[in-house]
Amino acid sequence: MTAIDDLFSRLKASGKKALMPFITAGDPNLPFTAKVLSRLQELGCSMAEVGIPYSDPIADGPVIQASYTRALANKVKLDHIFHQIADTKRSLSMPLVSMVSYAIIHRHGPARYIEAAKDAGFSGAIVPDLLVEESAQFAKLCREHDFNLVQLVTPTTPQDRALKIAEQSSGFLYFVSVTGITGERTQLPDGLVDRVGWLRERTKLPICIGFGISKPEHVRLLSPVCDGLIVGSAIVRCLEKANESEANAIASASELVSSLLAALDS
Amino acid sequence: MSTVTPNANAASSEAIRQVPDAQGRFGQFGGRYVPETLTRALEELTQEYAKAKQDPDFQAELNELLHRFVGRPSPLYHAARLSKQLGGAQIWLKREDLNHTGAHKINNTLGQALLTLRMKKTRVIAETGAGQHGVASATACAHFGLPCVVYMGAEDVRRQKPNVFSMRLMGAEVRPVESGSRTLRDAVNEAMRDWMSSVEHTHYIIGSVIGPHPFPMMVRDFQSVIGRECREQCLSSFGKLPDTIVACVGGGSNAAGMFYPFVEDRSVRMVGVEAGGRGAAPGDHASPLTYGFPGVLHGSYSYVMQDEDGQTSDVHSMSAGLDYPGVGPEHSYWKDASRVEYTSCRDDEALGAFDFLARNEGILTALETCHAVAKATEIAKTMSPDQHLVICLSGRGDKDAAELARLRGQEW
Ligand SMILES: Cc1ncc(COP(=O)(O)O)c(C=O)c1O
Repeated sequence: MTAIDDLFSRLKASGKKALMPFITAGDPNLPFTAKVLSRLQELGCSMAEVGIPYSDPIADGPVIQASYTRALANKVKLDHIFHQIADTKRSLSMPLVSMVSYAIIHRHGPARYIEAAKDAGFSGAIVPDLLVEESAQFAKLCREHDFNLVQLVTPTTPQDRALKIAEQSSGFLYFVSVTGITGERTQLPDGLVDRVGWLRERTKLPICIGFGISKPEHVRLLSPVCDGLIVGSAIVRCLEKANESEANAIASASELVSSLLAALDS
Repeated sequence: MSTVTPNANAASSEAIRQVPDAQGRFGQFGGRYVPETLTRALEELTQEYAKAKQDPDFQAELNELLHRFVGRPSPLYHAARLSKQLGGAQIWLKREDLNHTGAHKINNTLGQALLTLRMKKTRVIAETGAGQHGVASATACAHFGLPCVVYMGAEDVRRQKPNVFSMRLMGAEVRPVESGSRTLRDAVNEAMRDWMSSVEHTHYIIGSVIGPHPFPMMVRDFQSVIGRECREQCLSSFGKLPDTIVACVGGGSNAAGMFYPFVEDRSVRMVGVEAGGRGAAPGDHASPLTYGFPGVLHGSYSYVMQDEDGQTSDVHSMSAGLDYPGVGPEHSYWKDASRVEYTSCRDDEALGAFDFLARNEGILTALETCHAVAKATEIAKTMSPDQHLVICLSGRGDKDAAELARLRGQEW
């Protein structure tokens, strides 16, 4: 049982939902990432997703791409990220999950990646370019290390396939709201609530919805059918001018997160 | 230029032609490393392609187009003067430069455009480096009346301007890509991102034997017309199979199309030539098979230029079509099976080959292709006049005139 499994069983018992912000590790530097994580916990986020910058992120829109580019321009390395997270995690109780390309995992060696990530305090990984067909070996390693491998379901996933993915996923199931890349959307697609609801009735795994979520009304609409909501680009955008003023960046992210948390509780 | 060792321990497996498997694996290489969003479209494409491959009507329509629209079969031309100059093997040029649009790329885009129609998709996107695949996509789309968007790195838009203009003349929209190194790799990223949102009605015509399954297999099959014709033409021109075949390797589609019909002919030595750029130092070349390691890029597992963290490295080649950090998975498979030798050729050597072919044969060759020509002339010199060497002359050089002038500080 990982810290993520534990979190969702506690939330379930108290009838609560998770808000899970995504931030990019090392944008613009790792000490700032640590500060933001502490602030997110203070505000009441249940967990956070930490993006490992990658040079060729196919599933990401301009905002997250640019944040990866800033982090890589500052020469952030996986070792440095794990180092910083290990340090920060000592004063952090919320679970962390890494969002990481399989290109990076493969290069480091799957077992080595899992061990180092776990040592740093990560409870699992979301690997957006590792399909269920390609994931058997890595999933087995994750199970052996009690490390969650979060799999994704999208609007283009046929129903029987979604069930198979849910079976293979651990920690939670990442339900991608839109056919497309990450980035804020004013409107979420019609039928999203029904599609999540369909799956909700067929799996015991917690379901978290992500992509495009940026407004309190999104949270109000979706929180009844899922266990958590993931907010990425909207927060990364708040933080993108951190090299001009860290305080302003954190204040603007805090304002957004507070409004989303308020919508979650209402 | 790094040295080529003779192909001594050729792969023993008889099954070297029986790849990929159902998961798109060429040995350990290939597969599908893409976001879940694209899976359904890749499955649909795999199924539709499998049906089309067995469908005589599809094959007849494609063959007719290749014949009357493209001008196939492309000639196998005996470069007698060149051969004599070098004093070695007889050099034959498989003239893909004489195809409509001036390169091999059209063989693939017509096939994929037909599939687009079969799948009832209404829009096409493509990436391009040298612009040849962009032009070939724009051409196929104009022919069938499909809207076409081509992603092209901003640096490539600059250095391959004539092709940008041609694409626009045929009604395609060219979108310059300003991210990253502003070259082919970034163009692939942007095309994939477009596809992530448009996948339900758009087909992505990938321009080489790269990307997730089924692209490496399907593009190889469409390009294999080169090798099939070449095989027959060798038999009818000089009564036997060639001793050596040389092709340039960017993503690897002209090479794969040329090599595949010969992989079981163990007597035929095959050499793929990557871009050696300014030299062997990291960042100075685009030669993943020569200097890289297996890793994941753009949806498949293959040799790639990456740093120790798995970040894709910047690469360099003066030729936009070879300026790419990855390579098709089947080439990785052939390399590890020792069926094909891979080597690299520097910018300056390729430029020398451009002049050599221009002055001795009256052919202006694409800068990409010049890499193969340079290496082939070196190899031919070590062979005897009763032996035969074929070069895949993948494209014509008109597109490069302005860039050549710039590289040489001449006026255009
Ligand atoms: C003439 C020519 N040859 C070769 C290439 C390299 O591509 P591939 O290795 O897929 O044949 C290109 C790509 O743009 C090209 O235009």
